[in-house]
Amino acid sequence: MKRLTTFLLLAFIVKASAQTSGYQVGALVSDFSLKNTNNKTVALSDYPDAKGYIVAFTCNTCPVAKAYEERLIQLNSKYAPLGYPVIAINPNDPDVSAGDSFQAMQERAKSKQYAFAYLYDPGQEVTRQFGAERTPHIYLLQKTAKGNKVAYIGAIDNDPEEANPQRINYLENAIAALQKGKQPDVAFTKAVGCGVKFKK
Amino acid sequence: MKALFLSIVCYLCIAQLQAQQVSLLSADQLNERLKQGKDTVFVVNLWATWCVPCVKELPFFGRLQHAYPDNPLKILLISLDFRSKIKSEVEPFIKKMKLEQEVFVMNDVDQQTFIDKVDKQWSGSIPATLLVNTAKQQRKFIPNELTYEQLVDQYESIK
Repeated sequence: MKRLTTFLLLAFIVKASAQTSGYQVGALVSDFSLKNTNNKTVALSDYPDAKGYIVAFTCNTCPVAKAYEERLIQLNSKYAPLGYPVIAINPNDPDVSAGDSFQAMQERAKSKQYAFAYLYDPGQEVTRQFGAERTPHIYLLQKTAKGNKVAYIGAIDNDPEEANPQRINYLENAIAALQKGKQPDVAFTKAVGCGVKFKK
Repeated sequence: MKALFLSIVCYLCIAQLQAQQVSLLSADQLNERLKQGKDTVFVVNLWATWCVPCVKELPFFGRLQHAYPDNPLKILLISLDFRSKIKSEVEPFIKKMKLEQEVFVMNDVDQQTFIDKVDKQWSGSIPATLLVNTAKQQRKFIPNELTYEQLVDQYESIK
Protein backbone atom coordinates (compact mmCIF):
# COMPACT_ATOMS: atom_id res chain seq x y z
CA MET A 1 0.00 0.00 0.00
CA LYS A 2 2.79 2.31 0.95
CA ARG A 3 4.54 1.49 -2.29
CA LEU A 4 1.38 2.26 -4.24
CA THR A 5 1.05 5.61 -2.51
CA THR A 6 4.65 6.44 -3.32
CA PHE A 7 4.10 5.41 -6.91
CA LEU A 8 1.00 7.56 -7.23
CA LEU A 9 2.78 10.47 -5.64
CA LEU A 10 5.69 10.10 -8.04
CA ALA A 11 3.34 9.77 -11.00
CA PHE A 12 1.66 12.98 -9.92
CA ILE A 13 4.94 14.85 -9.58
CA VAL A 14 6.07 13.71 -13.00
CA LYS A 15 2.80 14.72 -14.54
CA ALA A 16 2.62 18.08 -12.81
CA SER A 17 6.15 18.95 -13.82
CA ALA A 18 5.77 18.18 -17.49
CA GLN A 19 6.14 20.73 -20.21
CA THR A 20 4.02 19.98 -23.26
CA SER A 21 6.94 20.61 -25.61
CA GLY A 22 10.54 21.79 -25.59
CA TYR A 23 13.00 21.51 -22.74
CA GLN A 24 12.04 19.79 -19.52
CA VAL A 25 13.64 20.44 -16.15
CA GLY A 26 17.02 18.67 -16.20
CA ALA A 27 17.51 19.00 -19.97
CA LEU A 28 20.69 20.41 -21.46
CA VAL A 29 20.14 23.54 -23.52
CA SER A 30 21.76 24.14 -26.93
CA ASP A 31 23.43 27.49 -27.18
CA PHE A 32 21.80 30.05 -29.45
CA SER A 33 22.82 33.27 -31.10
CA LEU A 34 20.20 35.99 -31.39
CA LYS A 35 20.24 39.69 -32.16
CA ASN A 36 20.09 42.07 -29.23
CA THR A 37 18.39 45.48 -29.38
CA ASN A 38 21.85 47.06 -29.82
CA ASN A 39 22.20 45.02 -33.06
CA LYS A 40 24.92 42.78 -31.61
CA THR A 41 24.34 39.06 -31.36
CA VAL A 42 24.25 37.38 -27.98
CA ALA A 43 24.98 33.74 -27.09
CA LEU A 44 25.08 31.97 -23.74
CA SER A 45 28.79 31.40 -24.32
CA ASP A 46 29.28 35.18 -24.30
CA TYR A 47 29.05 35.06 -20.51
CA PRO A 48 32.15 33.11 -19.44
CA ASP A 49 31.79 34.10 -15.78
CA ALA A 50 28.13 33.15 -15.49
CA LYS A 51 27.10 30.41 -13.08
CA GLY A 52 23.75 30.26 -14.78
CA TYR A 53 21.20 32.31 -16.67
CA ILE A 54 17.72 33.68 -16.12
CA VAL A 55 16.27 33.18 -19.60
CA ALA A 56 13.04 35.17 -19.68
CA PHE A 57 10.58 34.91 -22.56
CA THR A 58 8.88 38.27 -22.36
CA CYS A 59 7.55 40.91 -24.69
CA ASN A 60 6.46 44.50 -25.19
CA THR A 61 2.75 43.94 -25.42
CA CYS A 62 1.50 41.45 -22.83
CA PRO A 63 0.03 43.07 -19.71
CA VAL A 64 1.33 40.24 -17.52
CA ALA A 65 4.83 40.65 -18.98
CA LYS A 66 4.57 44.38 -18.35
CA ALA A 67 3.49 43.77 -14.78
CA TYR A 68 6.68 41.76 -14.30
CA GLU A 69 9.01 44.09 -16.21
CA GLU A 70 10.19 46.03 -13.18
CA ARG A 71 10.77 42.79 -11.27
CA LEU A 72 12.86 41.47 -14.15
CA ILE A 73 14.98 44.64 -14.11
CA GLN A 74 15.47 44.25 -10.35
CA LEU A 75 16.32 40.57 -10.68
CA ASN A 76 19.03 41.39 -13.19
CA SER A 77 20.56 44.09 -11.02
CA LYS A 78 20.53 41.73 -8.05
CA TYR A 79 21.64 38.49 -9.70
CA ALA A 80 23.81 39.48 -12.68
CA PRO A 81 26.65 40.46 -10.31
CA LEU A 82 26.17 37.08 -8.56
CA GLY A 83 26.60 35.21 -11.83
CA TYR A 84 22.98 34.86 -12.96
CA PRO A 85 22.29 37.45 -15.67
CA VAL A 86 18.83 37.94 -17.20
CA ILE A 87 18.63 37.13 -20.89
CA ALA A 88 15.27 38.24 -22.23
CA ILE A 89 13.91 36.83 -25.47
CA ASN A 90 10.83 38.15 -27.24
CA PRO A 91 9.04 35.05 -28.60
CA ASN A 92 6.26 36.82 -30.52
CA ASP A 93 6.01 37.03 -34.28
CA PRO A 94 5.90 40.72 -35.23
CA ASP A 95 3.55 40.03 -38.16
CA VAL A 96 0.98 38.77 -35.67
CA SER A 97 1.86 41.24 -32.90
CA ALA A 98 3.03 44.52 -34.44
CA GLY A 99 3.98 45.94 -31.05
CA ASP A 100 6.70 43.31 -30.78
CA SER A 101 8.72 44.38 -33.84
CA PHE A 102 12.48 44.67 -33.48
CA GLN A 103 12.17 48.44 -33.60
CA ALA A 104 9.52 48.44 -30.87
CA MET A 105 11.80 46.23 -28.79
CA GLN A 106 14.66 48.68 -29.25
CA GLU A 107 12.43 51.53 -28.10
CA ARG A 108 11.27 49.59 -25.06
CA ALA A 109 14.78 48.56 -24.04
CA LYS A 110 15.93 52.15 -24.38
CA SER A 111 13.05 53.80 -22.53
CA LYS A 112 13.27 51.30 -19.65
CA GLN A 113 17.07 51.28 -19.73
CA TYR A 114 17.37 47.50 -19.83
CA ALA A 115 20.77 46.50 -18.49
CA PHE A 116 20.20 42.99 -19.86
CA ALA A 117 20.03 41.54 -23.36
CA TYR A 118 16.60 41.70 -25.00
CA LEU A 119 16.76 39.34 -27.97
CA TYR A 120 14.75 39.05 -31.12
CA ASP A 121 13.89 35.51 -32.26
CA PRO A 122 12.96 35.69 -35.97
CA GLY A 123 11.43 32.42 -37.09
CA GLN A 124 10.77 31.60 -33.41
CA GLU A 125 13.22 28.70 -33.47
CA VAL A 126 14.69 29.30 -30.02
CA THR A 127 11.18 29.84 -28.65
CA ARG A 128 10.13 26.42 -29.99
CA GLN A 129 13.33 24.77 -28.80
CA PHE A 130 12.62 25.92 -25.27
CA GLY A 131 8.92 25.24 -25.56
CA ALA A 132 8.03 28.71 -24.31
CA GLU A 133 4.26 28.98 -24.35
CA ARG A 134 3.50 32.32 -22.81
CA THR A 135 4.92 35.63 -21.68
CA PRO A 136 6.41 35.86 -19.17
CA HIS A 137 7.90 32.34 -19.10
CA ILE A 138 11.15 31.83 -17.20
CA TYR A 139 13.85 29.19 -17.65
CA LEU A 140 16.58 29.20 -15.02
CA LEU A 141 19.72 27.55 -16.37
CA GLN A 142 22.61 26.20 -14.37
CA LYS A 143 26.04 26.03 -15.92
CA THR A 144 27.46 22.54 -15.36
CA ALA A 145 30.43 20.57 -16.69
CA LYS A 146 28.07 18.89 -19.16
CA GLY A 147 26.49 22.11 -20.35
CA ASN A 148 23.71 24.50 -19.44
CA LYS A 149 21.06 22.56 -17.58
CA VAL A 150 17.45 23.63 -17.01
CA ALA A 151 17.00 23.98 -13.25
CA TYR A 152 13.61 25.67 -13.07
CA ILE A 153 10.76 26.48 -15.47
CA GLY A 154 7.83 28.75 -14.73
CA ALA A 155 6.86 31.99 -13.08
CA ILE A 156 8.94 34.60 -11.24
CA ASP A 157 6.54 34.44 -8.29
CA ASN A 158 2.89 33.75 -7.52
CA ASP A 159 1.93 37.39 -7.27
CA PRO A 160 1.26 39.02 -10.67
CA GLU A 161 -0.98 41.67 -9.15
CA GLU A 162 1.47 42.44 -6.32
CA ALA A 163 -1.34 41.89 -3.86
CA ASN A 164 -0.70 38.39 -2.55
CA PRO A 165 0.30 38.46 1.11
CA GLN A 166 1.57 34.88 0.69
CA ARG A 167 3.97 35.70 -2.09
CA ILE A 168 6.38 32.92 -2.97
CA ASN A 169 9.40 34.00 -4.98
CA TYR A 170 9.80 30.79 -6.99
CA LEU A 171 12.66 32.03 -9.14
CA GLU A 172 14.68 33.54 -6.30
CA ASN A 173 14.15 30.39 -4.24
CA ALA A 174 15.40 28.30 -7.15
CA ILE A 175 18.52 30.49 -7.51
CA ALA A 176 19.12 30.24 -3.75
CA ALA A 177 19.05 26.44 -4.03
CA LEU A 178 21.62 26.49 -6.85
CA GLN A 179 23.81 28.83 -4.81
CA LYS A 180 23.78 26.25 -2.03
CA GLY A 181 24.72 23.50 -4.46
CA LYS A 182 21.22 22.01 -4.35
CA GLN A 183 18.43 21.60 -6.85
CA PRO A 184 15.24 23.69 -6.43
CA ASP A 185 12.47 22.12 -4.35
CA VAL A 186 9.94 23.66 -6.71
CA ALA A 187 11.35 23.21 -10.20
CA PHE A 188 8.22 23.81 -12.25
CA THR A 189 5.33 26.23 -11.88
CA LYS A 190 2.46 27.34 -14.04
CA ALA A 191 1.09 30.84 -14.42
CA VAL A 192 -1.47 32.79 -16.36
CA GLY A 193 0.17 34.65 -19.20
CA CYS A 194 -0.29 35.69 -22.81
CA GLY A 195 0.04 32.86 -25.29
CA VAL A 196 3.05 33.21 -27.58
CA LYS A 197 1.99 34.73 -30.90
CA PHE A 198 3.22 32.16 -33.42
CA LYS A 199 3.52 32.95 -37.09
CA LYS A 200 0.35 32.08 -39.00
CA MET B 1 -42.33 55.96 4.33
CA LYS B 2 -41.92 57.01 0.72
CA ALA B 3 -38.16 57.23 1.25
CA LEU B 4 -38.12 53.74 2.69
CA PHE B 5 -40.13 52.41 -0.26
CA LEU B 6 -37.80 54.10 -2.71
CA SER B 7 -34.75 52.74 -1.02
CA ILE B 8 -36.18 49.21 -1.13
CA VAL B 9 -36.95 49.63 -4.83
CA CYS B 10 -33.42 50.95 -5.38
CA TYR B 11 -31.95 48.07 -3.45
CA LEU B 12 -33.91 45.61 -5.58
CA CYS B 13 -32.74 47.36 -8.75
CA ILE B 14 -29.16 47.04 -7.67
CA ALA B 15 -29.62 43.43 -6.66
CA GLN B 16 -31.17 42.77 -10.06
CA LEU B 17 -28.26 44.43 -11.84
CA GLN B 18 -25.77 42.47 -9.83
CA ALA B 19 -27.55 39.25 -10.61
CA GLN B 20 -26.79 39.83 -14.30
CA GLN B 21 -23.20 40.66 -13.63
CA VAL B 22 -20.04 38.70 -13.17
CA SER B 23 -19.77 35.94 -10.59
CA LEU B 24 -16.63 34.46 -9.16
CA LEU B 25 -15.93 30.82 -9.88
CA SER B 26 -13.34 28.45 -8.46
CA ALA B 27 -11.82 25.58 -10.43
CA ASP B 28 -13.60 23.14 -8.08
CA GLN B 29 -16.94 24.79 -8.78
CA LEU B 30 -16.23 24.64 -12.49
CA ASN B 31 -15.41 20.93 -12.36
CA GLU B 32 -18.50 20.24 -10.27
CA ARG B 33 -20.64 21.99 -12.85
CA LEU B 34 -19.01 20.09 -15.73
CA LYS B 35 -19.61 16.83 -13.90
CA GLN B 36 -23.33 17.59 -13.55
CA GLY B 37 -23.51 18.23 -17.30
CA LYS B 38 -25.32 15.04 -18.37
CA ASP B 39 -25.94 15.43 -22.10
CA THR B 40 -24.79 19.04 -22.19
CA VAL B 41 -21.62 19.86 -24.08
CA PHE B 42 -19.69 22.56 -22.30
CA VAL B 43 -17.42 24.93 -24.17
CA VAL B 44 -15.28 26.74 -21.61
CA ASN B 45 -13.20 29.64 -22.85
CA LEU B 46 -10.37 31.03 -20.77
CA TRP B 47 -9.74 34.67 -21.57
CA ALA B 48 -9.06 38.14 -20.21
CA THR B 49 -10.01 41.68 -21.23
CA TRP B 50 -6.31 42.48 -21.67
CA CYS B 51 -5.64 39.58 -24.02
CA VAL B 52 -5.88 40.76 -27.64
CA PRO B 53 -6.38 37.37 -29.38
CA CYS B 54 -8.94 36.41 -26.72
CA VAL B 55 -10.98 39.51 -27.43
CA LYS B 56 -10.89 38.72 -31.14
CA GLU B 57 -12.07 35.18 -30.49
CA LEU B 58 -14.88 35.91 -27.99
CA PRO B 59 -17.66 36.70 -30.51
CA PHE B 60 -17.16 33.23 -32.06
CA PHE B 61 -18.66 31.61 -28.97
CA GLY B 62 -21.87 33.60 -29.35
CA ARG B 63 -21.91 32.67 -33.02
CA LEU B 64 -21.51 28.99 -32.17
CA GLN B 65 -24.41 29.18 -29.71
CA HIS B 66 -26.64 30.74 -32.38
CA ALA B 67 -25.55 28.20 -34.99
CA TYR B 68 -26.80 25.32 -32.80
CA PRO B 69 -29.95 26.71 -31.17
CA ASP B 70 -31.46 23.28 -30.47
CA ASN B 71 -28.37 21.57 -29.10
CA PRO B 72 -27.58 21.10 -25.43
CA LEU B 73 -24.61 23.45 -25.64
CA LYS B 74 -23.46 25.58 -22.73
CA ILE B 75 -20.80 28.20 -23.10
CA LEU B 76 -18.91 29.45 -20.07
CA LEU B 77 -16.56 32.40 -20.44
CA ILE B 78 -14.04 32.40 -17.62
CA SER B 79 -11.99 35.55 -17.31
CA LEU B 80 -8.57 35.58 -15.73
CA ASP B 81 -8.66 39.28 -15.11
CA PHE B 82 -7.62 40.35 -11.64
CA ARG B 83 -10.56 40.24 -9.26
CA SER B 84 -9.91 43.89 -8.45
CA LYS B 85 -10.77 44.74 -12.08
CA ILE B 86 -14.27 43.25 -12.18
CA LYS B 87 -16.11 46.55 -11.76
CA SER B 88 -13.66 48.72 -13.66
CA GLU B 89 -12.78 46.44 -16.60
CA VAL B 90 -14.73 43.19 -16.89
CA GLU B 91 -18.29 44.44 -16.46
CA PRO B 92 -17.95 47.41 -18.84
CA PHE B 93 -16.30 45.05 -21.33
CA ILE B 94 -19.22 42.59 -21.20
CA LYS B 95 -21.59 45.46 -21.87
CA LYS B 96 -19.52 46.82 -24.73
CA MET B 97 -19.13 43.41 -26.37
CA LYS B 98 -22.79 42.56 -25.63
CA LEU B 99 -21.76 39.13 -24.35
CA GLU B 100 -24.83 36.96 -23.79
CA GLN B 101 -23.05 33.95 -22.30
CA GLU B 102 -22.34 33.30 -18.66
CA VAL B 103 -19.22 35.15 -17.63
CA PHE B 104 -17.15 34.35 -14.57
CA VAL B 105 -13.93 35.58 -13.09
CA MET B 106 -11.57 32.94 -11.73
CA ASN B 107 -11.72 33.05 -7.97
CA ASP B 108 -8.68 30.98 -7.01
CA VAL B 109 -5.68 33.03 -5.98
CA ASP B 110 -3.23 30.15 -6.25
CA GLN B 111 -2.54 29.73 -9.94
CA GLN B 112 -0.58 26.51 -9.31
CA THR B 113 -3.76 24.84 -8.13
CA PHE B 114 -6.39 26.16 -10.47
CA ILE B 115 -4.44 25.84 -13.72
CA ASP B 116 -3.91 22.13 -13.15
CA LYS B 117 -7.48 21.67 -11.92
CA VAL B 118 -8.88 23.18 -15.12
CA ASP B 119 -6.65 20.96 -17.24
CA LYS B 120 -3.31 19.26 -16.71
CA GLN B 121 -2.25 20.21 -20.22
CA TRP B 122 -2.82 23.90 -19.60
CA SER B 123 0.33 25.96 -18.97
CA GLY B 124 -1.68 29.05 -18.08
CA SER B 125 -1.38 30.75 -21.46
CA ILE B 126 -4.50 32.35 -22.89
CA PRO B 127 -6.59 32.12 -24.94
CA ALA B 128 -7.38 28.49 -24.27
CA THR B 129 -10.59 26.51 -24.66
CA LEU B 130 -11.89 23.37 -22.97
CA LEU B 131 -14.68 21.24 -24.46
CA VAL B 132 -16.36 18.69 -22.24
CA ASN B 133 -19.00 16.09 -23.02
CA THR B 134 -19.69 14.40 -19.70
CA ALA B 135 -22.16 11.87 -21.08
CA LYS B 136 -19.60 10.61 -23.59
CA GLN B 137 -16.75 11.10 -21.12
CA GLN B 138 -14.90 13.17 -23.67
CA ARG B 139 -12.72 16.14 -23.01
CA LYS B 140 -10.60 18.27 -25.31
CA PHE B 141 -8.23 21.01 -24.34
CA ILE B 142 -7.06 23.53 -26.93
CA PRO B 143 -4.15 25.64 -25.67
CA ASN B 144 -4.37 28.30 -28.35
CA GLU B 145 -6.53 30.73 -30.31
CA LEU B 146 -9.26 29.33 -32.57
CA THR B 147 -10.84 30.59 -35.75
CA TYR B 148 -14.62 30.26 -35.93
CA GLU B 149 -14.27 27.32 -38.33
CA GLN B 150 -11.85 25.56 -35.99
CA LEU B 151 -14.22 26.12 -33.08
CA VAL B 152 -17.10 24.57 -35.04
CA ASP B 153 -14.90 21.59 -35.98
CA GLN B 154 -13.88 21.05 -32.37
CA TYR B 155 -17.49 21.26 -31.21
CA GLU B 156 -18.67 18.91 -33.97
CA SER B 157 -16.02 16.38 -32.98
CA ILE B 158 -17.21 16.14 -29.39
CA LYS B 159 -20.96 16.84 -29.46
